[in-house]
Formats: sequence, C-alpha cells, structure tokens
Amino acid sequence: MRLANVFHLGVKELRSLWRDPMMLALMVYAFTVSVYVSATAMPESLNRAPIAIVDEDRSQLSARIADAFQPPYFLPPRFISLQEMDARMDAGLDTFALVIPPGFERDVLAGKSVALQLNVDATRMSQAFTGSGYVQSIINAEVQEFLTRKRGQSATPVALELRNRFNQTLDQGWFGAIIRVISNVTMLSIILTGAALIREREHGTIEHLLVMPVTPFEIMAAKVWSMGLVVFIAAAFALVAVVEGLLRVPISGSVALFLAGAALHLFACTALGILLGTVARSMPQFGLLLILVLLPLEMLSGGTTPRESMPQIVQTVMLAAPNTHYIAMAQAILFRGAGFDVVWPQFLALALIGSTLFGLSLAQFRKSMASAG
Amino acid sequence: MNPPVASLRALSLRYGSTVALADVDLDLPAGCMVGLIGPDGVGKSSLLALIAGARAVQDGELRVLGGDMRNARHRGEIGPRIAYMPQGLGKNLYPTLSVYENVDFFGRLFGHDAAERDRRIRELLAATGLLRFSERPAGKLSGGMKQKLGLCCALIHDPELLILDEPTTGVDPLSRRQFWELIGHIRASRPGMSVLVATAYMEEAARFDWLVAMDAGRVLATGTPAELLARTGAASLEAAFIALLPEDKRRGHKPVEKGERVVGDGELAIEAEGLTKRFGDFTAVDRVDLRIERGEIFGFLGSNGCGKTTTMKMLTGLLPATEGRARLFGQEIDPHDLDTRRRVGYMSQSFSLYSELTVRQNLELHARLFRLPEETIPGRVAEMARRFGLTEVMDTLPAALPLGQRQRLSLAVAMIHGPEMLILDEPTSGVDPVARDEFWRALIELSRRDRVTIFISTHFMNEAERCDRISLMHAGRVLVSGTPEELKRRRGVDSLEDAFIAYLEEAVDAEPTAAAAAVPSAVPAHAERRRRFDPRRMYSYARREALELARDPIRATLALLGSLILMLVMGYGISMDVEDLTFAVLDRDQTGLSRDYVLGIAGSRYFVERPPILDYEDLDRRMRSGELSLALEIPPGFARDLARGDAVAIGAWIDGAMPMRAETVRGYVQGMHAHWLADLAARRGYDVSSSVNIETRFRYNPDVKSLVAMVPAVIPLLLMLIPAMLTALSVVREKELGSIVNFYVTPVTRLEFLLGKQLPYIALAMLNFLLLFVLAVGLFRVPMTGSLLTLTVGALLYVMASTATGLLFSTFTRSQIAAIFATAILTMLPAAQFSGMINPVSSLEGSGRLIGEIYPTTHFLTIARGTFSKGLDFADLSQSFLPLALATPVLLALAAALLRKQER
Repeated sequence: MRLANVFHLGVKELRSLWRDPMMLALMVYAFTVSVYVSATAMPESLNRAPIAIVDEDRSQLSARIADAFQPPYFLPPRFISLQEMDARMDAGLDTFALVIPPGFERDVLAGKSVALQLNVDATRMSQAFTGSGYVQSIINAEVQEFLTRKRGQSATPVALELRNRFNQTLDQGWFGAIIRVISNVTMLSIILTGAALIREREHGTIEHLLVMPVTPFEIMAAKVWSMGLVVFIAAAFALVAVVEGLLRVPISGSVALFLAGAALHLFACTALGILLGTVARSMPQFGLLLILVLLPLEMLSGGTTPRESMPQIVQTVMLAAPNTHYIAMAQAILFRGAGFDVVWPQFLALALIGSTLFGLSLAQFRKSMASAG
Repeated sequence: MNPPVASLRALSLRYGSTVALADVDLDLPAGCMVGLIGPDGVGKSSLLALIAGARAVQDGELRVLGGDMRNARHRGEIGPRIAYMPQGLGKNLYPTLSVYENVDFFGRLFGHDAAERDRRIRELLAATGLLRFSERPAGKLSGGMKQKLGLCCALIHDPELLILDEPTTGVDPLSRRQFWELIGHIRASRPGMSVLVATAYMEEAARFDWLVAMDAGRVLATGTPAELLARTGAASLEAAFIALLPEDKRRGHKPVEKGERVVGDGELAIEAEGLTKRFGDFTAVDRVDLRIERGEIFGFLGSNGCGKTTTMKMLTGLLPATEGRARLFGQEIDPHDLDTRRRVGYMSQSFSLYSELTVRQNLELHARLFRLPEETIPGRVAEMARRFGLTEVMDTLPAALPLGQRQRLSLAVAMIHGPEMLILDEPTSGVDPVARDEFWRALIELSRRDRVTIFISTHFMNEAERCDRISLMHAGRVLVSGTPEELKRRRGVDSLEDAFIAYLEEAVDAEPTAAAAAVPSAVPAHAERRRRFDPRRMYSYARREALELARDPIRATLALLGSLILMLVMGYGISMDVEDLTFAVLDRDQTGLSRDYVLGIAGSRYFVERPPILDYEDLDRRMRSGELSLALEIPPGFARDLARGDAVAIGAWIDGAMPMRAETVRGYVQGMHAHWLADLAARRGYDVSSSVNIETRFRYNPDVKSLVAMVPAVIPLLLMLIPAMLTALSVVREKELGSIVNFYVTPVTRLEFLLGKQLPYIALAMLNFLLLFVLAVGLFRVPMTGSLLTLTVGALLYVMASTATGLLFSTFTRSQIAAIFATAILTMLPAAQFSGMINPVSSLEGSGRLIGEIYPTTHFLTIARGTFSKGLDFADLSQSFLPLALATPVLLALAAALLRKQER
C-alpha cells in the first residue's frame, strides 16, 4: 500500500463532490434545516396531550382538577358529554378521557371511596404510558390539597424527590437534535461511498483505475478517508453551530472526544457503504438495500426507543451495528460529560466493527472487480 | 418540388453556455433520403431531436410537416406521423422485454387493435429477419439486430417522416449493409416517406439523395453528394468534408502517412494462446490466439459485443481468463503484478476521464498514481500537453472540451508514464475526421519513433488500413489475421470493407435479406381522432412497466421480502414497555424499613438492582457511564423519622440523557413509591392515601402490548418508503438510460405516462400490503377488530398516494443517486417522526406539525390503528379518508405539471 496513492485518490473524490452542487445542497439541508426541524418538532415525552373531561359533578373540586391540566404537558381540556366520548376517542381526537361521576366532591369530603374513570387510547404509545401516570398524580395532588385545606389533613409522610440528571427538564429537543445529526451522518456516509462506487462502475472509471498500479485497498481507503472527512466536517459544524449555537443545547462533555468517536463511526459506515455498493448490481437495488439497512439502524439502535425495551435477541444483534455504540457514546459524552475512561468500550467496539466491515467489503470489492464484465 | 418536410429559420440551441446550433437556416426536401454529416457534437443529434419534437425549441422558428413546432397542439397532431430512432444502440428499446414485446409496446401506443397490431408486427419482423428471435430479450441481440428492431418499432405506425440518428454506428459492416438495403426496400414500397439520417460514416452518406454538412452548430454546405464533390473537387466525401471545414480547423491537416515500421527483432509484446472467457454459459471470447510484435500497430475489428473489449480486458489483467494463457513482454499476466501495469497504457471505450477534474488535475493524478517522481511531474505534464496540443486548455474541465481534444487528453493520460504498450479500445468513435487523422499521426509517431506497441480496436475501415496487421473478430472468434493488403488479396476484393463482409458472410449463414422484399405495404393512415386521455396508451405503459418488473425479480423480491424483514425487525424491536432498567441504592439508613423500600423496587420486573452505591462520587461516576438509569438515596434516620412522623424525603436521580426512557422511569418510580406507601399504611394503619381511586382503562389495547400498537403503525411506514423509492427510480432510470425519449416523441400524454408507470407499482404495493397484513395477524397475532374492507380501501388509497409521491420526486431529480437521496430524506423523516407513529401529530410543534398534518402517512396510520385496534369502519374514519383520497389527485397533478414532455 502506498499512502501517496490513497491521498491522491482521496483528493480526487473530494474534487468530484465539490462539483456536484445538488449533493452539496442536500448535505447542507441534512445538517442544518433537517436537524433544526427535528429538534424543534420533537415534543417532550408528554407534550400537548389532548385530554377531554366528562364532568358530571360540576363542583369546585372537579373544576380544580380540570384547571390542573395545563400546557405544555396537556392541551386545555375539552368538556364533553359521555355520549361524545367514544366517538372522539375512536377518531383519535383525545388520548385521555376522564370521567368525573356525579357527587364526586361530596363523596370525597365525606371520606367515602370514590372512583374516577380514566380512559386512555393505548394505541398512542408513549403518551398513553407516561401520560396516565401524570394524570393520576395530578388528580391525587389536587385531591390532597383540597382535603388539606378543607380538613387540615397532613400530606404524604414520605416525599419522593425526583431529579433528572443531565437534562433537567427532559427536553426531547436536545436528544432529537443529536439523534438527527447521528442518523444523517450514518445515511450520508453510506450513500456517499456506496453510490459513488456504483457511479464509478457505471462510468467505467473504476476499471481504468484498476489497470493502473493501484490496489483495491488503496481505492477503498481513499474513499473512506475522503468521504469520511466531508461528513466529519459537516457533523462538527452541525454540532457546534446548529446544536450548540442555534438550538442552545448545553453540551457538558468534550466535543473533541465526541468527534474522535464520530471519526471511528464514519470509518465503519463508509466501509458499510462500500459493502452495499459492491453487493448491489444497480442503483435501484442499492436504493432498496439502503432502506433495508438504514431503517433498522435508525429504529433499533437506541435512538428512537430505549434499547432496554427491545427483546434480548434484538439487543444482541444490534450490538453489531455501529450506531448502537455511537449513540450510547454520544449520550455519555455530550450529556453526561463522560470521559474516555468511561466510553472506551464503545471506542473499542466501533474500531472492531469498522475493521470487520472494512475487511468484508474489501474482500467483496476484490471479488466483484474480478468478475466484472 | 414538394413543400419541404421541415424548414428551419434562425434556429439556435444552447446547453448552458455551449452552443449546439447557431442560427441555422435550412429547408429539408420531402420524399427523399436526407443525410446529416459531420462528427459528433456538431449539432446533428440536437437538430434531429428538435425536428422530432423530443427537444424544445429555444430560439428561432421550426416548421415540421406544415406546422409550428413551438405549438404543443401541432406537436400532438403530427406526433403519430413521425418516427424517431435516437442515437445509441437500442437506446429506446427495453432490454429485458422480448423482441415482440418491444414492437407491441409501440403498437399499443399508437392505438392499433390486437389483430391489426399482430399482423403488422409479424410482417415487420419477417421483413427484418427478426421473426425467429421474437422471444429473445432485446438486450441480448447483437448491435445490428438491435438497430433493425429499433427500425421495426419506428415503422409500426407508418410514419411520413422517419428520423434516424446514427443508426449504424457501432454495427458491423455486414449488418450495416443489410440495414441500408432494408431502408431501400421500405422506401420503394412507400415512396412518399421522407427519411432523415445522421451519420458519421462518409461511405454511407455517399448513397443518400441530399446532404447537409455540419460543423460546430452551423451548416457548412448542402446539396447532393455529387454537387458537394464537384464543389470541392475532392475524390471522396471525407476529403470533401475536410475541404468544407473552415480554414482554421483545416490548417495543418495533411493526409496520414503510415510510415515504414522498423522491423524489430521479432520480440513479442503480446502473446495469447487459446484465450477464452465465459460468463455463465455464454462464451464471450472463444480460443483467441494473438502474436503481436514490439512496435507493431495491431488493429482489432468487429461489431459491438463480438468480444473485442473482453479480450482487451483480459490482456490488461482486468478480467481473469477462463482458459488459455496470455503473456505481456514474455511474462504471464498477473493481476497483482503492479510493475507490468506500469509498462502498459490503457484507454477504455468510454472516456474514463474524471469529468470533475480539470485537464491538469487529470494528468497530475495519473502521473502520481503511476509513481513518477514528484519533481519530474510538472515537466512531464507540460511535455504531454505540448505533444498532444492541450497547453491552452490545461485548466478546463474535460466536459467543456470538443470530443477530439478529449480523445487526445485520454491518450495523454494513457501515455503519461511512458508505457511500452498502449491498449486502446475504440478510441476514435465519434471523433471528426480531422481530429482522427491527428490522433493517428500521434499513434504512428509513437510506434515508429518510440517503438511503442499499439493494440487498437476500431470500426473505421480507413483506420484499419493504417494498421500493420489486423484481426477480424466475430462472435468471440478471430476469423482471420493479416496485413490489410493480404486480406484484400485473399478475398480478391478492392476494399477492406468488402473483404470484411466476405469473411463475415462466410462465418454466419447469411441472414435472409431477400425476405426484405416483403416489407408491408403502406396501410392508409388512420384518421384517428386524437384524444386527451386514452386508456389504451396508459395501459401500454403499465403493461410494459409490469413486464419489466417481472423480468427483474431481484427488485420485486427485495421490495416484498425486504418489507417483511423490516416488519419483523421493527415489530419485535420497537417497544414502549421498558423493562430491566438498572438502578442502585445509596442506603444511608440500613434499616429493615429502608431495605423493604428497595425490595419493593428491585422485586418488580421493571428494575434490576446493581451493587449498592458507596458514596456520591461513586453515584456520579456510575451514572455518567450510563450504567445506572436510576439512583436512589435513602437518608440516614429514614426509619426513625418516619416512625416519628417527621418529614422524610427519598432522593431519586434519573438519567435524563434519553428523555423518553427518563419519563418511563419516572412513572414507574412514582407508581412504586405510592404503592409502597399505601402498603405501609395498610400495615401500620396510617391514613395516607386519599380516598380517590382512579380506574385506568387502556382502551383498544387492554394488555398494553407494544406489538399491538406498533405493528399497525409499521405497515404505513413501509408502504410509504418502498413504493415511493420504486416509482421514483422507475422514472429517473428512464431519464438516465435514455428510453424517456419514447415519452417525448410518441402521442402519450403526461397523465397517461404517469398513471401507466404507477399502476404496476400500486399492484405490487397492494401485494406487499397483503403480505404485511397476513404477517401481522398470523405471526404477530395482532387482533383485527374492525372492518378489513375499510383497511384495504384505505391501503389502496394510501399506496396510490405513496407511489404518486415517488413520481413527484422523480420530476425534479435527474440522476438515480439524487432520486435515492431525495426519497430517503423526504420520506423517512416525515413518515417515521411526524406522522404520529410514536408521538401523536397533535402534540408536535412547528413545521414538523405542519408536515404531519398533510402527510398521507398520518391519515393512513389513523385508519390502520382504527381498524386494527379500535374496531372501526368507514363511517368512523371518514375524516381520515377524505385527505387520503385527495392526496393522489393533488400529487399527480403536481407531478404532471412539473414533468416535461420535451427535453430542454
């Protein structure tokens, strides 16, 4: 291997990209607008949840409870009749419907046991699960306070002081922005290398290279470093200018350490791109393969839903995906301020995955070149 | 004389800053064979595309068949009267469709009924000798047969004007001769037909009725071949053309002198014995023997696809030989031997220059890759530039150079490292005669002066004459080798072309050209009323797309299987029931009560306890590493204070790095805390709990299973991504591969084209939906509580919208790679994040909310969840059906508005 060849071929890749304005425009979009939109659109886990109340009591207490549902957690409650409730829930207009029975306040004051009915649209996943807990604690708090004032009864003897570390307000936007950067890094690095390889094959320049004293390893290494570098710079820009600057996400850890991890992640992803580029025989096939690979990477690597919620087998399989480690590392470094002493296992895993993918795609690349017609 | 078939007044055309046609004034006579002559890139193709209506008129006036071509209505009317065969072998054919299906497709576009179509197709195929191959895929035909098939497709509707753009380029001489005989017969049987041909072969042009000589977007001269010869006083049309060129281009041109070869010591540069290459059961190269001496110019002749390129690739080590041996400079070819590569220069058929690098950058890159010492590179680059006349264009991009200069750049690149051998694969096709002669002078100098061995393939007979020795190749075999004179003498003919044809005829049992007499007689043109929307034309496109899809099983399989795999992965993978969360406790109380509290949490299925926390530092470190999702601190004196009734507080730290998980943890902890308190109260008789009891009913999914909520949401996601990707690529692919021209020049309307393309993918997507549904109900056991009919109708409306989305993306992307990127970025994010899959649309904010409101996925998601989990039917879901039904017409109207019926 000659480093000079790797360098010169890489510079060639960079020049090619520079002359493709459409691709540059899409990249700029991916690392600015796309990140910004996703960060600002992502709600808190419980944000503006639609709630309806069937208030058959119309008492002071029921009014207090209704007033307690406030934005940003809930949309202002709508008061509906019992008849409307089913239709509204069927149409997906309300996630929660609370039924306050007649004589509620009277029974509470009388110390009788009273039942409130809370209907939850369980197809609404995250809102349904976290939201019902909120609804319960809000009602309980209101009732307690109401009783305390009316009867002077004491509050709960043991308080639970909950504190969220690393993201006190559980702002989803912080997480959303970082995840968007990461998934765009993954998508771009795979497309840039894979499609560039197919394009070189279609235009016949790849065989031109192969009759020169250049080895497949050098060709691959050149694509990896050059495309990796481009995405690396774009990601660094997105992190510093968009995430930290524009979105004001406080980053507690070392950006440099995060970027070092990003470099390793790019190594793995660009190698994966080349692997897909050699497996696919045409662009349409590459497009379908891309969906097939990107979607699981995006949905199952812990960026969309917590890894703990996946079946063991999925968790194990996804350990082979670079994203899984990269997302874990990004959380640790950027939010928890972890240092290298903490995240070295992720670095190691990424290096291993990257080398394996690189080796595989090199073997596949050599094979496909040998059989190219 | 008849009115001209086409008249041009001050017609100009530019691509960006490049002028393709400059102020052309021309009247093309009707009823005869008109030839456009001149090299590539002088505007011949542009002119023909304008006349055919495939390209939009920019400047000036163009009247064809008596009407203005700027008028869309006129174009629509004369469309059926014109036939256009674009440049490139089989460019407007569909390679996976059979011969019959190809012609059938065009027949349907022009609205013949089944019996009429079949009769015409059979007649045409019989006349061209293609009838016995009617089941063979067009992609597997030889170049000559492809062109004949193209002709059948063009003639199916009895055109008045037949436009052929370089129909014989890349075709062997025998097929070329047959092709022109066929055209002759057709013209004899339809005397009124005008034929307009562009060609680079001057020998062919000599037989036409009337010629237009073109150069650099201008008309040099017009007239019959005899007139042109007389005007220039030249003996051949090629010489006449050179004489017609402007002074500055002609300057310095002199006939090529072959020069005497220095007879060497017989040292062999290339040696091949029984070289064979098979691809599967297809033998591309069959036992080829070659012996080429050092310093020799060796020519390789044969039609496209006869194995020339494959042989050359084996000699360069690009392809391993299946059998046989080949030696370069006496050494066995070893693809890993980088040193031999340095002694060889290779120029492949397609210009393998990096179009994004300037001339200088191209030369420098190659010099570096061949490891010339860095200090010698500037000198060497300058020398090459001088030698090949590139000094003035060093900082230009190759795409901006005329073809001839690009050619010389390719040669300069191949020569940069001073190789002892050059392997050149059809280096001169499409280059004008002057540039070709210059190129050959350079080659001859290299051979004679520097004793470089040159192995070159070509189509041009006059180039073959300049070689020291030539080989004729056909169907993978070398028919004969020898000096040009030898070959002519052996066959007793005057020209190399005749000799070649004689050898070819010997090799193939001559194809039945006699049958050409039976060309179908002209059928009176149909007085077909032109309709705005003709379902038959739409069906023709739909049928063709479906056939193509059926012939590419990998694509369909990937689409179907891929979606099933993704459904499995995501159905099992995405879940909201978070379990096995890690937690640890800093217990400063260490009493029975504190342990009881911890046990309440550790005992649940949601939490897994880790070793106790030692101190704050330990807590901090373990949370930072992500080991703990939850840390609890129980204060000293917890049990004592509680017993006394003093205020006690338990501290809980939740890892907020992933907010969604944090919320879940929070909910769990609060619940368990309350439960423990209630339990404690019951045990000790405190009155802590309020008397209010909240009965939570999880509707539609009483067991709160993630699968039940997720699977109906995954179906809409997949039915957006995959169909959109497929339709977007199906259109952009036609743009990239060139068959889009059929849409430009046939009477198909935009809507017919779009709907025709869409239909097969709707069918495929519905099949996909069915499979996903079966998987959801069968394997995942997601209960289907509502109306299946409602869900199916919703799915149909939805896949119509998603395929229309793909069509819309295809209108603004030109390359497949951009289409892939655009589709990925514009479907994945909105469908996965903004359509209510995880978070309801009503809780989104900003532009994400807006996208979610109008994105079709949102509405089908409501329908899918409604029918699967909520037991709903049409009446309940009308609010979602309305926007979904509106989506397709809106998207299609947009796509139709953005789609161009002509190239610009």
